[in-house]
Amino acid sequence: MESKHVHQQIAAMRQSFFDEEVLDEFFSQLEQLEDQNNPNFVEEVFTMYFRDSTTLLETVEQAMKTISITFAKMDKILHQLKGSSASVGAKKVLNEINKTRQVLEKGNLEGTKAGIWEMRKEYESLKAKLEPYFQLKQANSVPQEK
Amino acid sequence: MNVSSVKGSMSISSSTSTWKAGDTISDQFPAGLRVLVVDDDPTCLMILEKMLTACLYKVTKCNRAETALSKLRENKNGYDIVLSDVHMPDMDGFKLLEHIGLEMDLPVIMMSADDGKQVVMKGVTHGACDYLIKPVRIEALKNIWQHVVRKRKNEWKEFEQSGSVEEGDRQPKQSDDADYSSSANEGNWKGSKRRKDEEEETDERDDTSTLKKPRVVWSVELHQQFVAAVNQLGIDKAVPKKILELMNVPGLTRENVASHLQKYRLYLRRLSGVSQHQSNLSTIISAQDPTFGSLSSLSGLDLQTLAATGQLPAQSLARLQAAGLGRATAKSGIPITLVDQRNIFSFENPKLRFGEGQQQHMTNKQQVNLLHGIPTTMEAKQLVSLRHAAQSVGNMNMQVPPPGPQSSQNNPLLMQMGQQQQQQQSRGQILVDSTINHAPRLSSMGQPILSNGMATNVSSRNGIPENIRAPGYSQTPSMLNFPMNHASELPGNCFPLGSTPGVSNLTSKGAFQEDVNSEIKGSGGFMPSYDVFNDLNQHKPQSWELQNVGIAFDSSQHSNSLQGNLDLTQSALGQQGFSSGQMNGHNRSAAVASKAVFSTGDVKELRSAQNVNQHLNNLLVDNTIRVKSERVCDTSPANIFPDHFGQDDLMSALLKQQESVASSENEFDFDGYSMNNIPV
Repeated sequence: MESKHVHQQIAAMRQSFFDEEVLDEFFSQLEQLEDQNNPNFVEEVFTMYFRDSTTLLETVEQAMKTISITFAKMDKILHQLKGSSASVGAKKVLNEINKTRQVLEKGNLEGTKAGIWEMRKEYESLKAKLEPYFQLKQANSVPQEK
Repeated sequence: MNVSSVKGSMSISSSTSTWKAGDTISDQFPAGLRVLVVDDDPTCLMILEKMLTACLYKVTKCNRAETALSKLRENKNGYDIVLSDVHMPDMDGFKLLEHIGLEMDLPVIMMSADDGKQVVMKGVTHGACDYLIKPVRIEALKNIWQHVVRKRKNEWKEFEQSGSVEEGDRQPKQSDDADYSSSANEGNWKGSKRRKDEEEETDERDDTSTLKKPRVVWSVELHQQFVAAVNQLGIDKAVPKKILELMNVPGLTRENVASHLQKYRLYLRRLSGVSQHQSNLSTIISAQDPTFGSLSSLSGLDLQTLAATGQLPAQSLARLQAAGLGRATAKSGIPITLVDQRNIFSFENPKLRFGEGQQQHMTNKQQVNLLHGIPTTMEAKQLVSLRHAAQSVGNMNMQVPPPGPQSSQNNPLLMQMGQQQQQQQSRGQILVDSTINHAPRLSSMGQPILSNGMATNVSSRNGIPENIRAPGYSQTPSMLNFPMNHASELPGNCFPLGSTPGVSNLTSKGAFQEDVNSEIKGSGGFMPSYDVFNDLNQHKPQSWELQNVGIAFDSSQHSNSLQGNLDLTQSALGQQGFSSGQMNGHNRSAAVASKAVFSTGDVKELRSAQNVNQHLNNLLVDNTIRVKSERVCDTSPANIFPDHFGQDDLMSALLKQQESVASSENEFDFDGYSMNNIPV
């Protein structure tokens, strides 16, 4: 029972991600890739994602601070972030990245800064939501409910 | 995930000619497809790997392009398809794509989060067979096997076309279906090699779709065995039955050998004629009918002569002529061959000829470029070289120009060909086409062939139909080249030329290619029963003098094509019969091709071995030139072979050949020339 309750909780958390559009169908795709052999695949992917994108985000933020940033370089980093965020299903983060890229293309430095800030916000929010989710999930080893 | 569904859709199987004789294709296709995925983003890489594994593919991942390239290079047949990201820190994805196309000729799928039209277009122009937008859906990955099949099918088709005529009655060794159901793919479908073999081999046209007969895939090794057997017996004495006995390959039937022999002969013949054509690679493509005409007439004549001598099987003659007709006249047959040869040369050079895979890259690359019409520095060079070659080839004056520096040699020869540059260019294209075809076929050969194969395919696609008439030849020459030096590599790729529209006309040629491929494999030189040559030179001794020349070429790193050319020339010149054995495969092909060309071109001329020699010379020259040009283009410095491919050798070989050609001219018995023994 207790475990059932926990599982329900986990399921609810998960559903909320979709409802809030924090995550999209690509996340589901990742879930599908999980199996007996890789029960924590999704978590592993996200661990990697968070690690890399944290670095990228920091680089971008740093770049914004420096005078000599080049749009090309920025765009490159954002492109990278876009790819990985899209692949893991981080929808809101992805949306912010896209917005920021568009603004960047127009050459709006200030707008880009603001965009990056939003990106960071969503990113942190995602992280904050998923980490407990994964912890709970792993603790209870429940097969992922789809 | 739904491999089974994928499989179901696959049922291509039988009809897809590509998997002929496969026995490697298992029913579980596409399970076990060997995928190499390259992406610098570890997250994406991890996800992709997992997805691909879920699709039951065999996945290898790299996070750097350099790593991927080296993996591909060290295991040329180890992968079926490559997935690469566009934006990578160490190398641009498109660059990697080019490399792979040139060196290995594997299907490559690009991926990126960028879905801009320009980027996607760039992928297309660089030769990617697909472009996926990230985030990649697993469904998209499930279908990537189609690109592998498609590529093989095209190769096969080209091959088939060239060799179709004769092979019609090939006994299918394995039904296509069987291919699929072959022993469970142990996780790898016998690799591209097998594919190539199948493609090459096909005497039967699998693409005829209705033919479900099992096809024997003339893999490089098999072909080499064949060539060795033919050489052993003597090109003019090589009869299918005896060859079969010598080869002692279980499951091989006399009919298989017979058709392969036919192809081989055609190939040899084409080689001699092709060299001339090759020079026309770049431009010609169909424009040069007139120039080709001359060649073709030559070829036609030769063919007839050959036929007359009985050496040239009627079919071959018909084929050659058909090929020629493709162009517009029967003559075209020769031109095509020339072109083919050219292709061969160019392709071959890079490919195998000189055992340098890298070179092959060059050629392939270049050739590919040619085909694509995407000018690149390399292409330009190639074109130039091809042009040269074409010219010389075009001239077909049957005069053996005094061997001079390789390039010059080629040129004069080319000149002799009487072909205008244009023609040559077209030839080049054809050749390219053939090469491309070869390339795929020669999977075993390794990459070079691949590129050629691609090139040829491309050209064919480009609609270089006319030039490609001599598909069979063109391919063979390349093929020959390959095997010659590489001995093992040419998996029936040589015949890929068949696929090119023009090329395919020469069914016989196609046959050669297969033969060539197999021969190359086996004996390192194909000497498919090139009847053409036989007729030309009646050289009984299969000492391919060309070989010597070819050897010189070899040193120059020319891909087989060169050698083939040389061999051809030499043999034509020097020996009464091309000692197929001697030609290093490469030479033989070249020689054969050149001879073949000659024979087809002018019957009368053919009579004189000299013509043949000249052709050969031209061929050689072509090869040389081509090789050179290719090398130039080749990005890998290693491949650059000295311009002089043993010019001295070439010269002597040519001279020798001339002399001997006069006497022997008609018979190139290339039955399994053992390239190694070509006495110069």
